[in-house]
Amino acid sequence: MNRQSQYMITVKDMVKKFGQFTANDHLTFNVKRGEIFGFLGANGAGKTTAMRILCGLSSPTSGEIYVAGYNVYRETEKIKRSIGYMSQKFSLYEDLTVKENFRFYGGIYGLKRRKIRERTGYLLDKLNFSHAMNQKISDIPLGWKQKLAFSIAIMHEPRIVFLDEPTSGVDPITRRQFWEMIYETASQEVTVFVTTHYMDEAEYCSRVSIMDRGKIKALDTPANLKQTYRVANMNEVFVQIAR
Amino acid sequence: MKTILFILQKEFIQVLRNRTMLLLIILLPFIQLLILVNAATFDMKDIDVYVVDKDLSTTSRELVSKFEASPFYNLVNKSFNMEDGHDKLLRDQAELIVHIPSHFEHDLRNEHHAPVQLLIHAINGTAAGLIHAYSATIISGFNQQIAVEWSQGKLAKANQPLEVVYSYWYNPEMNYKIYMVPGILVILVTIISLFLTAMNIVREKEMGTIEQINVTPIRKYQFIVGKLLPFLVIALFELAFGLFLGRMIFDVPVVGNLGVLFGFTLVYLLVILGFGLFLSVISESQQQVMFVTFFFMLVFILMSGIFTPTESMPDWAKKVNVINPIAYLMKVIRMILLKGSGFMDILKEFYSLLIYAVLSLGLAVWRYRKTV
Repeated sequence: MNRQSQYMITVKDMVKKFGQFTANDHLTFNVKRGEIFGFLGANGAGKTTAMRILCGLSSPTSGEIYVAGYNVYRETEKIKRSIGYMSQKFSLYEDLTVKENFRFYGGIYGLKRRKIRERTGYLLDKLNFSHAMNQKISDIPLGWKQKLAFSIAIMHEPRIVFLDEPTSGVDPITRRQFWEMIYETASQEVTVFVTTHYMDEAEYCSRVSIMDRGKIKALDTPANLKQTYRVANMNEVFVQIAR
Repeated sequence: MKTILFILQKEFIQVLRNRTMLLLIILLPFIQLLILVNAATFDMKDIDVYVVDKDLSTTSRELVSKFEASPFYNLVNKSFNMEDGHDKLLRDQAELIVHIPSHFEHDLRNEHHAPVQLLIHAINGTAAGLIHAYSATIISGFNQQIAVEWSQGKLAKANQPLEVVYSYWYNPEMNYKIYMVPGILVILVTIISLFLTAMNIVREKEMGTIEQINVTPIRKYQFIVGKLLPFLVIALFELAFGLFLGRMIFDVPVVGNLGVLFGFTLVYLLVILGFGLFLSVISESQQQVMFVTFFFMLVFILMSGIFTPTESMPDWAKKVNVINPIAYLMKVIRMILLKGSGFMDILKEFYSLLIYAVLSLGLAVWRYRKTV
């Protein structure tokens, strides 16, 4: 496959089975470079499973899948180098300071110490959070932790960033700031792949796919989806599909 | 290599920042050495002895005074009353009754032999054996003394054709603490390395940070080296610290080469760290890993020969001990510290543990996967 192609992720007939249960049933979709791709679905629809496969955390049962131009079966380590990931479960070290978390994750991505200092300074500046550099994560409110986790996920300047329900449990203002960060990131040619339960957030995406019981039921821009289903907002689109 | 440094830096910060953990690392050697070594001693001191002297002759009094003079005995009471003696034994107020029958001196003079009865509290069989041995020594010493006195030296040698002369090697004062300290050090080093490793990775699983690490391009060996090295260092530090305390407090001898000891312990730790890693890889929660770790620790420690020599264990137990890493270090640390064994003397144990380390680490590394 051509690494310079317009698609950052191509998925064809992806299947993932856990015993008898089929979590992902022949998923096929492409994600374009620099796009914000919304991955929606009810709880248990198979979103996280699919995302974990794309991140190289889990191997698919079958299907032809490329992430950042690399094959998910054979080139997982190369994939890992090109992606950032923010999991549903909170993933910063509570007993380390903000700076130490940046340093650790930067370090295991192989960044040089100087580069780590530069990126930490830059990202914290943008967040207006430089003053809290030496605070322990356990002393920081949840909304800030989420924003820090996102900053750490993009610290090594990945080409794709995967966000698994990044805004669950945070207040509306923080959610808004979070999406501003996502936009900002996407504007720098970084592809954003995001799962969410909030339908207002789906409106912000370039394109969304809606999953139901392991299958993709719809995939288009929010505007087109609303038109197809003849409804006013994404919430109703979702209810119609996932019902 | 640089990646490993970042992990090491993080692990050390986390250990040093955790007050409870730090306190434990410093206090554990003190507590274990001071309390366990003093408590788990088989040295017999202050054996409570009850004397029933029905003869009350010069000779019987002389025998009783031998018991009184010994530092191992503590005279509870003297009487003619056997019933009272039994009562004391029953109430755990005496551990030994020395019963000297009437006509003791008379029989000894005229018939050249007279019985002395020892009644020993034997709920603890090992202690009872020791009490018997000590008492028998006192009585036979007395026996020889009067034989010499009464015959003015002529009969003595004839009555005693074979004389046994004891000489205790490697622990000449028969100091049980010197035997126990190295054993406690093994337990210390094992607990620290096994628990810390096993808990560490499971904790990352519980917190979810392991997933964040798995999604990075970090290599398996980098992660494992970064995770295990801190605990290797801490465990070796504990050994040095414990050894220092043992030397200061109990005057434990260091006859052999410390380099050989630390080298051997290093290989031993690789086995234990491999175990810890394996247990944490197959466990999902800290509770689970605690339980499994505790189970193995207990079995391995009790079978390791810390209290009872493995040589006196039944054959099947000796076979089980082939896979008991603790038994190897338990044996070797005493050989090196007390006996001054060199590297050549522990070669067999060294190779066995080396193979074991390869197997245990190999298993853990094979079972650890970044992708599920």
